[in-house]
Amino acid sequence: MSIPRWAWAPFALAVALLAVPIAGLLIRAPWGRLPDLLASERATDALTLSLATCAVSTALVLIIGTPTALVLARSRGRWTRSVRTLVTVPMVLPPVVAGLALLTTLGRRGLVGQHLSAWGIEIGFTTVAVVLAQTFVALPFLVVSLEGAIRTAGDDYERAASHLGASPTRTFFTVTVPVLAPAIAGGTALAFARALGEFGATLTFAGSLQGVTRTLPLEIYLLREGDTDLSLALAVILLAVAALIVGLSSRLRSAHE
Amino acid sequence: MRKLFTLSAATLLLAACGQTLPASEAPAVEPVVFAAASLNKILPEIEPAANYSFDGSSGLVDQIAGGAPADVFASADKKNMDRAVEEGLIDGEPKMFATNYLVLAVPKGNPAGVTGFDASLDGVKLVVCAEEVPCGAATKKVAEANGLALKPVSEETKVTDVLGKVASGEADAGLVYATDATSSKDVDVFEVPGAKDDPNTYWVAVVKGAKNPEAGRVFADKLAGEWGAQLQDFGFGPPR
Repeated sequence: MSIPRWAWAPFALAVALLAVPIAGLLIRAPWGRLPDLLASERATDALTLSLATCAVSTALVLIIGTPTALVLARSRGRWTRSVRTLVTVPMVLPPVVAGLALLTTLGRRGLVGQHLSAWGIEIGFTTVAVVLAQTFVALPFLVVSLEGAIRTAGDDYERAASHLGASPTRTFFTVTVPVLAPAIAGGTALAFARALGEFGATLTFAGSLQGVTRTLPLEIYLLREGDTDLSLALAVILLAVAALIVGLSSRLRSAHE
Repeated sequence: MRKLFTLSAATLLLAACGQTLPASEAPAVEPVVFAAASLNKILPEIEPAANYSFDGSSGLVDQIAGGAPADVFASADKKNMDRAVEEGLIDGEPKMFATNYLVLAVPKGNPAGVTGFDASLDGVKLVVCAEEVPCGAATKKVAEANGLALKPVSEETKVTDVLGKVASGEADAGLVYATDATSSKDVDVFEVPGAKDDPNTYWVAVVKGAKNPEAGRVFADKLAGEWGAQLQDFGFGPPR
């Protein structure tokens, strides 16, 4: 397929729009002091916390998101459309609204939270709250991308498997998952990247304490108040991790294809 | 995948729409006022004919340094006004227009049974401002003055975030400015010993290169002068 010539103008604009601010950040970053800055306790605490919480929330997203995408892609019925809308809403929700939603539900005086609180379980201000916030905002990214892939892939192989006597569960693990592996990898990477960047919901719902709830984005936001250099150094790290994850997934994907 | 891209594009558009420009085109010249977050209730009440942008003082200095079109800068502490002066962002001398001091806020009814700024704060969910921001620096000072080692569950970037967590009952106690506590119906207040002796000072100045320097100057003069009584009704202390 040939590309119409005019398409190159918006293409160049898009690349410039996305790349120039990132280049600006990278130019301004304190490269000389980067190793020292990143060795500080604040930096390592934030990085460790971010990576650990994102690993957990991405695992949760994978475990509950993959079957969810399958159900949505294969079900016929009026309810699927409403559920699909519901599942995608957190994607377009402003982060603070996501935080407020979590707070009014799972907070101490929230709909569910007040009952949990009676049992002595309080989520606010804990690392669990961070993981919950990340899962809430990242889950739709996996579900939406995977559902599309399942629809595109069709169900010929699964049909064949079930004609040969495989149970739906066996078909899922031995046919559906391997066929969709590249899409699952892509969706997982997106979810991880989104979880890594999670900010508003965490700030509103989980609070901000070094080593407990203060993830990379929150630390960057706070350091902007005093230590701009460290804040920029952490921003560079956040960019690097995100780029690594997304790059890795697209490599996995192309290796598969 | 295509659906995903459409959605991401929609997200971007929504995000873009969310950005409001502080300067709207009004026929009369209204100054653009960049003011500390703790002034966000009182200033629009005193003077509705101005365009306000409220944020943490330090963030405001960054924005003005980055070329944001401000005419007036009102800082919640001396440190950030000094920084603005050092960076050459200020025209003329900044004036002190108010003071503010810390109080201990608890959710209405005081569910955790806090008895004041004392040992009863051990083991309750205490939220404070982070040391990097003015209210956090003030918190550190009063804690030291009272010989208390605070163990907060969260250190927020903005005093309004502290108030929000106390007002919603998510936290048991929080250190906020007296004016923030006055503005909320959902909190009860304890005095913090010594807080009034060493208050936070509020400063106002006209921004260098302001688009509306005249309107800005009028606003700054009124804030440091005739609006004092209204500021004090709201809970601010007089300048000193």
